[in-house]
Amino acid sequence: MTDALRKLAKHLVLIFCAVVMLYPVLWMVVSSLRPNDEIFRSPGLVLSDLETANYEAGWNAFEHPFGYFMVNSGIVVLGAIVGNLIACSMAAYAFARLEFTGRRWWFAIMLVTIMLPIHVIIVPQYVLFSEFGWVNTFLPLIVPKFLATDAFFVFLMVQFIRGIPRELDEAARIDGAGHPRIYLRIVLPLMVPALATTAIFTFIWTWNDFFSQLIYLIDPDMHTVPLALRAFVDQQAGTNWGATFAMSVVSLLPVFLVFLFGQRYLLRGIATTGGK
Amino acid sequence: MTAAAELRHLKGAAPKSKPQNKAAFWFLLPWFLGLFAVTLGPMAASLYLSFTKYNLLQPPEFTGLANFERMLTDERLHSSLAVTFTYVLVSVPIQLALALGLAVLLDRGIRGLAFYRSVFYLPSLLGASVAIAVLWRTVFGTDGLFNEGLALFGVEGRGWISDPETALSTLITLNVWTFGSPMVIFLAGLRQIPVMYYEAAAVDGASPLRRFTSVTLPLLTPIVFFNLVLQIIHAFQSFTQAFIVSGGTGGPTDSTLFFSLYLYQRGFGNFDMGYASALAWLLLVIIAAFTAINFWASKYWVHYDD
Repeated sequence: MTDALRKLAKHLVLIFCAVVMLYPVLWMVVSSLRPNDEIFRSPGLVLSDLETANYEAGWNAFEHPFGYFMVNSGIVVLGAIVGNLIACSMAAYAFARLEFTGRRWWFAIMLVTIMLPIHVIIVPQYVLFSEFGWVNTFLPLIVPKFLATDAFFVFLMVQFIRGIPRELDEAARIDGAGHPRIYLRIVLPLMVPALATTAIFTFIWTWNDFFSQLIYLIDPDMHTVPLALRAFVDQQAGTNWGATFAMSVVSLLPVFLVFLFGQRYLLRGIATTGGK
Repeated sequence: MTAAAELRHLKGAAPKSKPQNKAAFWFLLPWFLGLFAVTLGPMAASLYLSFTKYNLLQPPEFTGLANFERMLTDERLHSSLAVTFTYVLVSVPIQLALALGLAVLLDRGIRGLAFYRSVFYLPSLLGASVAIAVLWRTVFGTDGLFNEGLALFGVEGRGWISDPETALSTLITLNVWTFGSPMVIFLAGLRQIPVMYYEAAAVDGASPLRRFTSVTLPLLTPIVFFNLVLQIIHAFQSFTQAFIVSGGTGGPTDSTLFFSLYLYQRGFGNFDMGYASALAWLLLVIIAAFTAINFWASKYWVHYDD
């Protein structure tokens, strides 16, 4: 009896926390479907009728439709994902499978760079990339990913490759395969879960990233979703909240969908390496 | 299977493999380029720039320790340090306590685990976005959702964001809201604790509270430590939330002027790149010092299972 009561109490606490956590987000979704003058008078979640005008207004509030900024974000995200998958898996293969001079040292340096704040390198990096004429292009946001600068994913993949039986490599080697073949034919196919985790985290972090996009993408034609949203908020100065919420919901939707379908990989990823 | 076993045997008998430097070099080439060109090179450059006056247009002018002397009298820097320290030292412990508490509630086959875990984890993915920061700005505004909620209990609200006394606490709340990812790490850690310890404690008649303080907590200290180090490093670098909530100013009256926001204003608002580089190195030293203290202190409270 007391056991049942304790269980009930547990669930009540959990449900209470869940409601408190999600309420603001649900309220934003509901508010985006309300006429503007109702939003701040309605703390509840019940909708009298569906108002899609906010979505139309927000979508077309700029010289470009909001979809344009989503495509920009999509380009940056896609570039970052491809870069991370290739460069990080190559580095991880070397750290996990090859013997080389100073391996422990390089590995230690790689681990330390995970914790390095971006601020320490941003100023000279900005100078460097503006020398290249890369400001107002997506290159500063994509090229570093092809150079495995997201060391967190190198670490994640090293951990994963270490779990793949070495016998498989050895068998391939006896069949005459060199390292490129072993990497491409044996290790990569077996590390698909780690690649999926990397792709999903890269998607979410790059989609949400604001700091580096704010610095490198000044021209409104190059704006990504976070920058467009921020410009929209500043411009409206708190008048058209319905449209603001509508575009906020649109901007969160891709993250939500990726979370919904990739949850398994996300949870495994942070449980084994402790992501953000 | 037997073939694999044989191969293992072969491998054991083979002489110790010689370094594969050439192959390793090619596999690590992108990473090496990134390390030197995008990370270490700029780091060294920013160290040099921190001793200069530099506005991007003219070449850097060496000024010795001038930037660091300026830090001593820079009042805005001092308030941004105070804001950032308060933010880190208040939000991280609350966030981790909540993460641990809910992880413990969710442990050991509770029904609906997957559902609860998803609900609690989702905010940590959304929390860094501009959209959520915008939402926070309205929820804690004068006629925002939070005040409407308070009104239900007859409590008079206020403009939480426009009041310098409370603006920072709305950002602390936002960081606490993202407790999901440390919670998932705690959950994974809880699974590692052998059931027999709990059984032994139960046989000895230990209460649930006693079991938590004598079994769960000590065995979980490595995970607590790991989360603590990670979240502190993370919180010191917070930027987006303060930028959006304050409209880029760090206001009202610098009450949400995070360190990274101040650095951004100096560097990319005023093109005071030399001083911004010096600030960046100060941040690095602060984070390194916190991490070192954490590692040092861990000797006294973290238990590693032998």
